[in-house]
Order: sequence, then C-alpha cells, then structure tokens
Amino acid sequence: MGFIINRDLYVPELDAWIDPPEPRARAIITHGHADHARSGHGAVLATPDTIEIMKVRYGEDCAGRFEALDYRTPLQVNGATVSFYPAGHILGSAQVLIEFAGQRAVVTGDYKRLRDRTAQPYEPVPCDLLITEATFGLPVFQHPDPRDEIARLLKSVAAQPERSHLIGSYALGKAQRVIALLRDAGWEKPIYLHGAMIRLCELYQALGVDLGELLPATGMPKAAMMGQIVIAPPSAIRDRWSRRFPDPVVCQASGWMSVKQRARQALVELPLVISDHCDWGELNVSILESRAETAWVTHGREDALVYWCRQQGLAAEPLALPGLDDDGGEGGE
Amino acid sequence: MRRFADLLELLALTPSRTRKIEALKRYFSEVPDPDRGIALAVLTGEMNIRNVKPALLRETVLAQVDETLFALSYDYVGDLGETIALIWPHQAEGELPGLSTLVDLLNFTSKAELPKVIGGLLSQAAIHERWALVKLATGSLRIGVSARLAKTALADMSGVALQDIEEVWHGLKPPYENLFAWLEGRADRPDIDHAARFHPLMLSNPIEDRDFEKLDPKDFSAEWKWDGIRVQLVMGPLGVSMFSRTGDDIGGSFPDVVENAAGEAVLDGELLVGHGFDALSFNDLQQRLNRKVPSGKQMQELPAFVRVYDMLFDGDEDVRALGWEARRGRLEKWFRNNPQTRMDVSEILPFKDWDDLGRLRRQGADEHGHEGVMIKLRTAPYVPGRPKGNWFKWKRDPNVVDAVLMYAQRGHGKRSSYYSDYTFGVWKGNEIVPIGKAYFGFTDEELKQIDKWIRAHTTAAFGPVREVKKELVFEVAFDSAQKSGRHKSGVALRFPRINRIRWDKPAQEAARIEDMEAFVS
Repeated sequence: MGFIINRDLYVPELDAWIDPPEPRARAIITHGHADHARSGHGAVLATPDTIEIMKVRYGEDCAGRFEALDYRTPLQVNGATVSFYPAGHILGSAQVLIEFAGQRAVVTGDYKRLRDRTAQPYEPVPCDLLITEATFGLPVFQHPDPRDEIARLLKSVAAQPERSHLIGSYALGKAQRVIALLRDAGWEKPIYLHGAMIRLCELYQALGVDLGELLPATGMPKAAMMGQIVIAPPSAIRDRWSRRFPDPVVCQASGWMSVKQRARQALVELPLVISDHCDWGELNVSILESRAETAWVTHGREDALVYWCRQQGLAAEPLALPGLDDDGGEGGE
Repeated sequence: MRRFADLLELLALTPSRTRKIEALKRYFSEVPDPDRGIALAVLTGEMNIRNVKPALLRETVLAQVDETLFALSYDYVGDLGETIALIWPHQAEGELPGLSTLVDLLNFTSKAELPKVIGGLLSQAAIHERWALVKLATGSLRIGVSARLAKTALADMSGVALQDIEEVWHGLKPPYENLFAWLEGRADRPDIDHAARFHPLMLSNPIEDRDFEKLDPKDFSAEWKWDGIRVQLVMGPLGVSMFSRTGDDIGGSFPDVVENAAGEAVLDGELLVGHGFDALSFNDLQQRLNRKVPSGKQMQELPAFVRVYDMLFDGDEDVRALGWEARRGRLEKWFRNNPQTRMDVSEILPFKDWDDLGRLRRQGADEHGHEGVMIKLRTAPYVPGRPKGNWFKWKRDPNVVDAVLMYAQRGHGKRSSYYSDYTFGVWKGNEIVPIGKAYFGFTDEELKQIDKWIRAHTTAAFGPVREVKKELVFEVAFDSAQKSGRHKSGVALRFPRINRIRWDKPAQEAARIEDMEAFVS
C-alpha cells in the first residue's frame, strides 16, 4: 500500500516537508526545538505559539513567510487536508494529521501525556499510519510523577540552606515547566535565570503562562544566592559560569536522569527525572489508542519500540532520519 | 530500607568525599542496630547473599519482561542491577521491610522460592529503592565507595584511629554490634584472637624515575617481584589458614601448602607453583587457582609453595612495629628453627646503586622473566595500607606492539554509554587477525575521542558490538604473550592495556603476526 507521507517526512500532495533538517520551500513545523525547527525555510506552517518561538529564537525573518494554523482547524491544500493537534511536549507543540485519499497519517513530533500547564495537553488522534518518536523507547524508562521530583529538590534546598541549587534545563520548554512545577509546589521566592533562558521565559509569560518573579542570575553577590534556585542550560552548569554561586548543588532535569550511571557520568549531584517525552508506557498506550495499522518509529531507541509494535500486530519499521544521533542525543529534552 | 536507598543514592552521586563521609556518619549514628551493621557490611563488601546470583535475578525479571526488550535495555543501560531496577513493571505496592529483615529473608529462602520472593520485594519497592535492593542482593555496589571510606567515617564519628578499626576488622562479623558498642564508648575494644586472624596487608607504590634521586640506595633492600598471588599464612596452635590479599581464606584449595606448614607465625609472601621451589609461570598457577579443590594429579604436576618475604607475628608476638631489617632477621631465624618443605625465603638482591639495580632488573626480566624488583625501606615498620615511601615496586618495562582496532563494545558501569572495550589485531598476510582485548589504559578524554571515532567509522553492528574501519592504531602494552588456540592469530596477550593512541600512524605500519612470535615465551 502506498502512504501519503514518504519515509523522509515529505508529503507529495502538499509538496511540503515536516520538520526538515535543511532549508525547504515549504515546511510544516511541529514545535520550536532546534532539531525540529530550523531557520531558512521558504514558507512555514505551524501553530501560532510555535511561530512566536521561532521568531524569538531565530529572528523575525527566519522564514520567507509564516502561516499560522490553530489546533483542530483543517486546512485544505490540493485536495489534501492538514491539521494540528496538541502534543503536550512544549508550548505550541503539535502533532500533524494529514488526510488524503481516505488515508489518515499522524506525525507526532515530540510528545508527552503527563499534565503540564506550560503546554497544551496531548490529544490522541486516530489514524492509519502513526509516525511516532521513541526518545525514551525502552521499558527501562518509567518516568515518575514530576511533583515528587520537585519535592525532592525542595527538600534538598531546605536541608542545605548555605548552598545554591543549579538546575540544568533546556532553555525552551523544560526551563518553563520546572519553574511552573516549583510555583505549583509553593516556591514563591524569585527564581534566577541564566541569560539564555530570559527571552523565552518572557515569551511564555507574554503568551499567558504565569511563571512568577524571575531575575537574572548574573550580577548578584555570592552570599545572596545561598538557598536560591537557579536555572541554566546544562552546559553552563558544569562550566566556569557556575563558579559565581556558593557551593552549588548541580541538578539536572531530564528523562535521562533515571539512569544513575548517566547522572554520575554527567557529574549531576541531584538528578531530577522530569521529561517532556513519553515514557515507555505512554508510548505503548498512545500507539494502541491511535488504532494505527502501521507505525514508523524515529528519534531514539527505535529497535525496542518497533519490536513491541510488531508483537501487537502492527506493521512497524524504524525511520532513520538524517541529523539525529543514534544515542545520547537528547532530542530537545 | 528507604533510608539506606537514600544513602546509596547520595554516595553514588555526591562528588565530594567530605560529604560522603558526613552522610555515612549521619547514617551510622542515627540508624539503630542491627540495620546499620548490615549497611556497613554491604558498603564494605562483606555482605554475601549466597543464593542471589546474576542468573537468578535475570530469571526473576524474565518472568515479567520480554527477553528481547530486556536484552535491548541491558545493552543501553550497561549495568545489570540498574537495568532490573528500572525495568521492573510494578512499583510501590507496599512498604519494604528493614535491612536486617530483608537480608534474613534473602538468606533463608530456598533457591527455588527466591525468584518469587525477590519479585515480590521489587514490586513493593519505589523505583529508587529497587535500585538499592538489587545492589544489596547482589552485593555489587559499583558506586565509587570503598570499604576504606566507610571505615574512615566510623573513625571520624568515634574518634577511634582508623588503623585500630582496621586491626580488629577481620575478626568481626555483621551486624557488628560489638564494634558499634566500642566506637560509642559503651564497651571495650572487641576481643579478637589477634594471631589467628587475617591482618591487613602492607602494599607498595610504583616507583617513578624522579624518585630515585631523592632515595639513598643504602637505606633500601631489594628482592625480585614474584609473579604469583599475594598470601598471608596464619599459623597458630589451632591450625593454619592461608588468606588472599582481600582476606578470603583460600587454604582449602592449597592443602599441599597448609598441611605441610610447621610452626607458629603470621607470614607474608607469594603463592607460586613449581617443583623444587623453581616457580612456573602465572598461567600454570592459574590452573590451580581455578580449582576449588585440586585433584591429586594436579598437586603432583603443579605443587604449590609460598615464597615468604615478611613476618607479622613471630609465634604470638606482634613484630609489625619493628623495622623491616629486624623483622627480616626474625624471619630468617624462625626458618632455621622451623624447617619447611613448602615455604622458602625470598632472596635479597645485593646492589651498589640504582643503576646497578636497574641492570639486575633488566637481566632478571630478559633471562628469567621476572616481573621486576621490590624495593623496601630498611627501617619501615609493617603498616597496613599503602604508606608512602616505604615499599616500592619497580616493574620491568612492558612489551609493546602497534595493533589495529577491529571491534568495539560498550562498557559497563561508569562507562555505560561509551564504546570502551576494544578488540585489536595485527596483520596476517592481507587481513587483520585479533590478538586481544583491552578496556583500560586511556584517559576519560581519550575515551570520548575514541568513542566519537568509533561512531563515525562503524562499518557493521552485531548486537552490542561494532565493527570499525581498520584504520586506528593503538600502541598496546602487555606483560607477556602465549600461544593460544582461542584466537585466530594463535597468540594471546597477558594483561594488555592501551598504552597510547597512535592517531598519526597508518594501519599499514601496524605489527604483523610474525612480529608477535618473538614475544611468545
């Protein structure tokens, strides 16, 4: 049977590419992370929030033309229909549904199902062909409740009031989610930000996500940072940048942190297992709920998920997309 | 159990030694007997749960998890215990019992029932408790905490000297209630029979070229470095024990030594095999080490003996505080009074200066295959551990060969995400044949570079193994080479390690199989 999407995520009927790694005349972008959204495309179709994020990250003119499409709003092109459904990954993230000639194909992009007030909540979309990510596609990944992880963090902050806690988080999505979780857990003090976080946090707040009082982390006297929480990109946390803080506790918020040997390698003292991707169980449920007969698996540990899909009676195969590392690449985490 | 799981996690992740010690002190002073003693046994590697072996854990988990998915997961995580802890599909269905109850449960459950019991415990545990539970059950921690660190915390906590704790340690048993009572001033020092116990060994440091100018040869004595295994013979009125360097009693495997030992003393020496005190190779000794109980034929063909080089107790008199020279005098006198058939005394090598000793060392290596020489300070008392400046080892220069990287496999433990196990080979005609495998000798930085190179030069993957382009040359150091039917090349290396990475060297210039024959002894 022919599919309405090619294995390199090109849709012939729309003459458009989904999350292309190279500049294309027409691109459909699932969300704003750099391994999905790149600058230099001719025309970009994305959700309004994703377009705002791209403009902040790459500049107003990072694409020839932007076309915003709201969730659940079908757009007809050449007899095919494209529509977006929330993916729950970060603000504005979308699954792409393509319908043509009686076939429904969904590209999930990155997605998660756990509650997160900084992203529009995931909705299952029935389809024939499901193209799913597999960042955490091994049964060893069972993400805990992020509220428990934040409780561990706050316990550590209370027990070591003379140290500051530095949380390594990706600037887009993870940082804002960690801040929101801290606020929801009752942390009312200002949260301090590395420079790379500031513009995106401001954008989230402008788009209606309340993050409380945020201050730049630089320029504060060392003593004032005792007992404070700082959010910075993972690379800055183990770099000279962190020397300005009093005896910092290196934390990292990531789904990878469940593997203790990984945390040790990364010299993380307090790992926080907070992921913006599905864990194994969520991937399983999502695939079954889609009622797809065919699954293409990409972005991560494809082997195990392909094997599992075949056990469930689906036709499944791995998709090797260019520009993605086979492991350790943190795929927008 | 939760408390112990928290402690293990902190120890695994806190880089600061001081903070680890603080955490251990807090744990030992706040947790009551007998749980803290069980924790101490786990941390010092003294906890041995007889029936829980990796195979049994695997069986337990495969009753719940698909085998292929488990294999893929294990390959990714790299640590069996952690894979099981992470993959177990049920959690927090109850509360785990305390440590000592857990250990009793694991020890007293029959082998047939164990998978069910362990499965039940895993399902009760929260995720991070599962990790601690598996570590506890297997006794293999691999979290970068040494027995010494745990004892240092005990010393710190109580004000008792670390050496005093080491001294009684091998006479104590979990859960160490008498030890804690002593450390907390509630009881006297535990009374153990000193002459009948294992005593921690004195170890040497490698000597560096720059050390020699600071050391006066007149202050030192030299002996050959014997290529066997280090043992301690404890000979008392009740019998003879022979301990390995870690304190395991291995006397049962060497009845030819212990049954023929006469007299009372605690002696330090090297276990070797051979006729008439003429030592055979380590390979020959290995055949005896592999057998728990040797056959009569083996004992005839490979008789064991101990080459003694030091004395800790003369009769029941502790002589460790004496200098090396005085102990050596005692040792020689004791041998005159107690003639032996399976023990002799390691000979002293006379030398004028360091150059002279260097010549001896090379000659010994070339003509007799000696591993090198030991250099001992004449005035040094016998101090457990690795005191600086007392004993030195001066190993002969290793053999080296330029070999080509062929296959790489992901490491385990701390290196679980890196390709860190390497198979390398040499030219045989127009093809490269493997001669060995090595997984150390490089720095963490070099490991990252090699890992990157491997990912970029993979030509095929077989499960966890990657085949790479035959382009990267390693300078491999090794102690000796032997004929081997196991390798296609017919040669196997002893103790191979990566000496240097020859990014600069073209593979065509790597060694040929003919070059290896010169090394085969």
